[in-house]
Formats: sequence, C-alpha cells, structure tokens
Amino acid sequence: MTISTGFLVKQAGMLSLIQDAGRFGCFNIGLTNGGPIDLRSFQWANRLCENPLNTTAIEVNLGGLALIAQLDTTIAVTGAEMPFTINGLSKELWRSYQVMAGDVIELGFSTQGLRCYLAVADGFVVAETFGSTATVCREGVGGLNGGKLQVNDILPCASLKRAHNLILPSILRPSYSNNVTLHTVPSYQQQSFSSHQQRLFYSSEYTVSKSFDRMGYRLEGHKIACDIDGILSEGICHGAVQIPADGQPIVLLNDRQTIGGYPKIGAVISTDIAKLGQLNQGGKVHFEPVSMEQAHNYFHLDLSCFNRAALVHCD
Amino acid sequence: MSVKLPDKKFSIQIAGENALIIYFTDPDKEKASIGVKNTEQIIRQSMSGALSNDIIDLVPSYASLMVMFNLLTTDHHQVRIKLRRLLTTLDEILVSENQSKDSALITLPVYYAEESGPDLAGIAKRSQLSIAQVIDIHQAQEYQVYAIGFAPGFAYLGEVDMRIASPRLSTPRAQVPKGAVAIADRQTAVYPNTSPGGWNIIGLCPVNMFDANAEKIMPVKVGDKVKFTAISKAEFIALGGKFTDVEGYFK
Repeated sequence: MTISTGFLVKQAGMLSLIQDAGRFGCFNIGLTNGGPIDLRSFQWANRLCENPLNTTAIEVNLGGLALIAQLDTTIAVTGAEMPFTINGLSKELWRSYQVMAGDVIELGFSTQGLRCYLAVADGFVVAETFGSTATVCREGVGGLNGGKLQVNDILPCASLKRAHNLILPSILRPSYSNNVTLHTVPSYQQQSFSSHQQRLFYSSEYTVSKSFDRMGYRLEGHKIACDIDGILSEGICHGAVQIPADGQPIVLLNDRQTIGGYPKIGAVISTDIAKLGQLNQGGKVHFEPVSMEQAHNYFHLDLSCFNRAALVHCD
Repeated sequence: MSVKLPDKKFSIQIAGENALIIYFTDPDKEKASIGVKNTEQIIRQSMSGALSNDIIDLVPSYASLMVMFNLLTTDHHQVRIKLRRLLTTLDEILVSENQSKDSALITLPVYYAEESGPDLAGIAKRSQLSIAQVIDIHQAQEYQVYAIGFAPGFAYLGEVDMRIASPRLSTPRAQVPKGAVAIADRQTAVYPNTSPGGWNIIGLCPVNMFDANAEKIMPVKVGDKVKFTAISKAEFIALGGKFTDVEGYFK
C-alpha cells in the first residue's frame, strides 16, 4: 500500500522518531530492539486512537515537533508534560482529537519528563525493516530512512476519523518525578561485587549525568568497585546496569549495543525503565534490589492495571 | 534411559526480568563456542515445539547464550527447567569437538597494503616482522566466528596469532571505513559499515558484511569459520571494493 498523503513535518524537533513496540529476534545479527523508551505512554497513545498496541507512532524526544495534517483523522499525544496545540489552541495530553486537513499540530518543549508519543488512527504507514518500523539511528535502521524525522518528511497515514474522542482519566496517568527508585534484579556478575559494594550501590543516590540517550543513561555518584575488570562479551538485556572501570553505573536501554564486556551488577525491571527514561540531566536515581519473583509480580500487576484501566468518552 | 547432566559444562544465571544467560564453562574457548552454537540451534528448533511462544530472542556470544523469554506465557523457573532438559540432550555434542553440521567455512578476500591498512607498519614494527610476514600470518589460519554484535553484522573472529596480536589504538579513529579488516588483541574483524573504531586496520575487504536487502543478510554466522585471502588492488576494485571512499579516513 502506497500512501502519499498524511502529515507534513513542518518542524522536526530535537529528536523525533518513528517507533513501533520494537524489533525482536534480530540480536544474532547485531540488531538491537529500539522501540519506545516509555512503552506504556506509547501504548496509551495507541489506545486513545483505538489502535492495536503495537501500531507505529512517533516518539518526540524533548519536543519541538510541528506537523501539518494533509487529511482528516484522529490523533492523541501522551507522555511527558509538553505544550501541545492544534492551530495555536492549547490541547490536553492523554486524550484523542479529530484533526482536519490543514490543521497545524505543535509540540513545545517538555517541562516535566522528556518523551512524548504522538499516535494517529491506524498508525503511520512505514515499511518494516527486519519486522519492525522502530528507528535506531545508530544502526541506520527503521523509520522513513533509518534516521530521525526531517523537515518536509511526509508521514503517510490513512484518513480515518474515529467515532469517539477518548480521554484517560487523570488518576490513571503516570506522573513523572525527578527522583525515582528503580527496582533492580541482582544478576549477571553480581557475585563479582563484594557485599559491601552491593550495599553501597543499593543505598547510594545517583544523578543522571550529561551523557544519556536512548542507548543508555550514564549516572554519577558513589563509585562501585568490581573484583574483575571485564568479561568475555555477552548479551546485554534491557535495563542491564553496567559498571565500567570508573565505577559509575550505566543503565542500558532500548538502543543498547547487543553484546558487551563490562561487568553488570543487575538489571532494572521493565516497569521502571520509563521512569528513568523520562529523567533529564540532574535527575535523581536510587536502586532497590528485588527478586525475580517480585519482578514478575510488578510486571503482571502493572499489566493488569493497564488492561483494566478504561478510557472515558469525552464527546 | 538416564542421561547424565553435564553440570560442569554450563550454568544458567539470571540476566534480567525476562532473560536468563547460559554460560558455557569449558576452559577451551573453541569448545565453549561450539556449545553456544549447538544450544542456539537446538533452542531455535524447539521454538516451534516445547518453547513455542516462550522465547523472544537469543543472543549468542563467546561463551554464553542469553535467552529472552516472554513474561506473558512463562516465567524463569519454567524456562530454566526447559533449558536444562534441552541442554542434557546436548551432552554428547557439547563435549565433542565436532563442528555442528551447518557450520561453514567462508573465505573473505582482503586487499592488504599500507594504503588500505594504515596500521600494518605499526604492527610490523612492534612485532619485529616485515609487513609481508604480518599479512602472511593473518591469512595463514582459519578463525572461529565467536560473536556478532556491537554493530549490525560485526563478527568477532579469533584467535589471532600471538605474534600479530595488537592492543587497541590509544585514540580511536572517528571514522573507520566500511570493509576495514582490523585487529584488536587476539580478535580480528571486518567493519560492516563506516563507524568510529579503535582497532588496528590492516586491509580492506570488498565483501558486504551486512546487507539488509540481501537474501543472505550476512555472509557469516556464529560458529562458522573464516579464512582471509590476499587480493590485489585491481581485484579489490573488480569485486566491488570502493577505495576512493576511504582515502580521507586514514589521514
């Protein structure tokens, strides 16, 4: 299906990326996952547009995106607090809106949190690369041409006005704090960290350094010493906490390298990744150890809440 | 029939909320690597049977295989039990030195020269060999594909002869051209695409190491063997190698 109309990118913003839920099954050829850093917000944007959860949307990092609709359809924006206007009129996040050809949709810069998700009814129609539309700039894979959105790009989609305008009640929306606790499963080389070093890690406060992106968050705080310098390169899972020689933890996210040789003390659970991924430089982080069973419990509780949460009609 | 558990050959550890990692503990690197390869193969086969819907991705590396599972269908206990069961059936293969049947020997042509390999002279000087000897030693042996990662299609090959093993550059190059054949410690590799890198470049390979649009995306996979063979500049260009693209990178 070729669609030559959709949304025109008037202003690309800092880093706006075409994303679906991510690319899986390609680690053996060195391709990482990509996909939304704040998965739930991405899924909410799709639910507000009555889409399947994995529908292709845009992750707007920091903000500054402006689009011109070339057709009539339905959109929704979720995630970080970011000024959102249609034709200059201020609109709410976490609800769907009907837009018409010629409408100008603008996102300003985030005031709390970092990343927003803009979904459209039936999704943006982008060819899949290795089974996914997720953009990973470092790999030059996914999106329209392997990179971030550019001015004058056309984001193809169907003209589709949904019957309802939906809203997520404010009590069900995530709140983005500047001080987060990340539940972490002790794993990998944890035995190469003395019990003293592990206690230090789990009792210290860390600060997000200036080096943070979709690949990983480099933190600053109490140095953690490891008994070993490095390991044979091995698979790195989502949320893995790497401790390089300088002792400053790096939490690895969606665009992480597939394998690596730094020792790892544990892995942050998926439901907490979004909290970290919405932090800006200076954000505060604590780690709290949890068992695999607790991790699974958090996962299923969060999923159950998400599945039970109902959108409300607002027309 | 009872099968003895090859307890000393592997251990299964937690990696993350939905990932276990199997470590192959044989001190012989090549045997451990065969264990990774065979286990990956047997798990992929089981993904249409015992492990259907349960496995999201597999990450083979030097001596480990990370298994990412689906928290909607299973948990780490169940995956661990199933993996253990699969691994016991591998007992014989794990200890045997036989290569698994789908392992291939791939020959990669390389234009070795000072103009294509700016670090050849440095390696020769450090090891008190001639440049010709360094080239001969590099192409004299077969290398095992131990891992693929770092970048799409980047295959870690080993182990390089001690005489030409070389530490990474103290300052990595901002740009290493696509096709650069390079050495770091006892590893060697072909850069699949232009990227930053700190390995010692000794030549250029015209073969595309990662082509998203090709039927065979990569010429090699973990467990294969690779041999390098020297070609002339004319052959390099005839095989599609682009020399003009890289001149700027070696300044």
